Amino acid sequence: MFVLLSLRRHRMVTPNRKKAGNIMINIYEVNETNNMIEHENLDVRTITMGISLLDCADSDLDAVNEKIYKKITTVAKDLVTTGQAIERDFGIPIVNKRISVTPIALVGGAACKCPADFVTIARTLDRAAHEVGVNFIGGYSALVSKGMTTADENLIRSIPKALAETERVCSSINVGSTKTGLNMDAVNLMGQIVKETAEATREHDSLGCAKLVVFCNAPDDNPFMAGAFHGVTEADAIINVGVSGPGVVKVALEKARGENFEVLCETIKKTAFKITRVGQLVAQEASKRLGIPFGIIDLSLAPTPAVGDSVAEILQEIGLERVGAPGTTAALAMLNDQVKKGGVMASSYVGGLSGAFIPVSEDQGMIDAVNAGALTLEKLEAMTCVCSVGLDMIAIPGDTPSTTIAGIIADEAAIGMINQKTTAVRVIPVIGKGIGETVEFGGLLGYAPVMPVNQFSCEKFVTRGGRIPAPIHSFKN
Amino acid sequence: MNKIIITVVGKDTVGIIAKVCTYLAENHINILDISQTIVQDYFNMMMIADMAKSDKPFEAVSGDLEKIGEEIGVKIKCQREEIFTKMHRI
Repeated sequence: MFVLLSLRRHRMVTPNRKKAGNIMINIYEVNETNNMIEHENLDVRTITMGISLLDCADSDLDAVNEKIYKKITTVAKDLVTTGQAIERDFGIPIVNKRISVTPIALVGGAACKCPADFVTIARTLDRAAHEVGVNFIGGYSALVSKGMTTADENLIRSIPKALAETERVCSSINVGSTKTGLNMDAVNLMGQIVKETAEATREHDSLGCAKLVVFCNAPDDNPFMAGAFHGVTEADAIINVGVSGPGVVKVALEKARGENFEVLCETIKKTAFKITRVGQLVAQEASKRLGIPFGIIDLSLAPTPAVGDSVAEILQEIGLERVGAPGTTAALAMLNDQVKKGGVMASSYVGGLSGAFIPVSEDQGMIDAVNAGALTLEKLEAMTCVCSVGLDMIAIPGDTPSTTIAGIIADEAAIGMINQKTTAVRVIPVIGKGIGETVEFGGLLGYAPVMPVNQFSCEKFVTRGGRIPAPIHSFKN
Repeated sequence: MNKIIITVVGKDTVGIIAKVCTYLAENHINILDISQTIVQDYFNMMMIADMAKSDKPFEAVSGDLEKIGEEIGVKIKCQREEIFTKMHRI
């Protein structure tokens, strides 16, 4: 029996009833929100606390480590419990609570005389992450878009050992920008480092590479791992939030099947608005409760390996048989743009990466597309021209030469440099595995089929040394 | 005002509203609005309540209601109102 009951008496006495536009929430709206949470995988992907470690710099290595540990475990001591309280209060899952810190090359520069010194800081970060209960800590980073200091180079050379010896530390290196061009020495070095990291973690299917990102135009306020770090332009501490809801967009689009692009775009925008509002609420609450300023909302559609939480499935719903089919880049460009248009109005500050993520291993629809032969590395590269962030979580054969990896990084960085956008490479050369084999990373990192890489060499190109100059359109002054 | 939204979903049975209302009354939580519908044979109720005068913290109320739900075989969820107003009101 259908019953609708309302205590209308209260309509007369509740003051905010009188104001137009502030009408009380109704059961359909409540059900819509709760359906998104319970059935469509709406969640807040991460609350990431950015912490400046600049004041931890010291010429004594033990002192640096002690200061870093103390600062993180003091500033972030309530991060996880606050996140859990917000989850309880609003009934919205907050999947990850994380920390990003100042690029360690800057913090440890005065104390670390060799790569092994930097590894001690990685261990300290890992220990601090365990202590406060966050699942990742980002910022084992160096910003070398134009040149490398000795400290930068030492940090970079320490990455394989640092990632092999720690569990929760994430590393990112910025090798280029639109303003500075590409540091090809760093690109070439990172090709080797990715390979060495794969070797150092070969017993775990080269998992270390899943915690290592090579950027061009890296943002200072990215809340998403593995590329999060707390930029030097940031305040002492800040709260950044990444939302997620590919499943919600997909379900909304199911209702717009066969409609034209106007209806399609409107549907995506409205859905993105709703998703982002949840992020804004969580960010404001976290900021208030922790007494730390709110930084930005990252408007990215971030998939997970769970069924129904996939960006690829949205693209299929838009009309592609499989991701990778002709039309994929156009569909993704449109999706990405509409998500931003809907999201921007929902939040007071937007930043980070803000775009649809297309990681292979973390998205079941992408994995299926690779297995079906629809999606190649080259098509993925084309897709990164129109969305954030880059070649992400892609397993490649373990015998791929380091110069080829450097070439992949250079291509991706060039796309970012010329298009004034962030691009990144997070490829995993899985030692001991070849094309068609599957690699299992577990949890949110998912699993991935090993994809083929172009066999022709770029060694003479990437080993020339020096820099690729900044593009002409960067000279705006 | 300290508004919370209580949703009850489950198989329809005698006394669901009575149980929830009794608990709220005992804890000085004022009901502002109730609406109820049956979706695919499932009882579906939403209450807007004000817990400004309640001495119990939100977590306790939320936990108690969840337990009451378990006792009568329905799912009771308690959330602060803002998640809905943020999403559905500009």
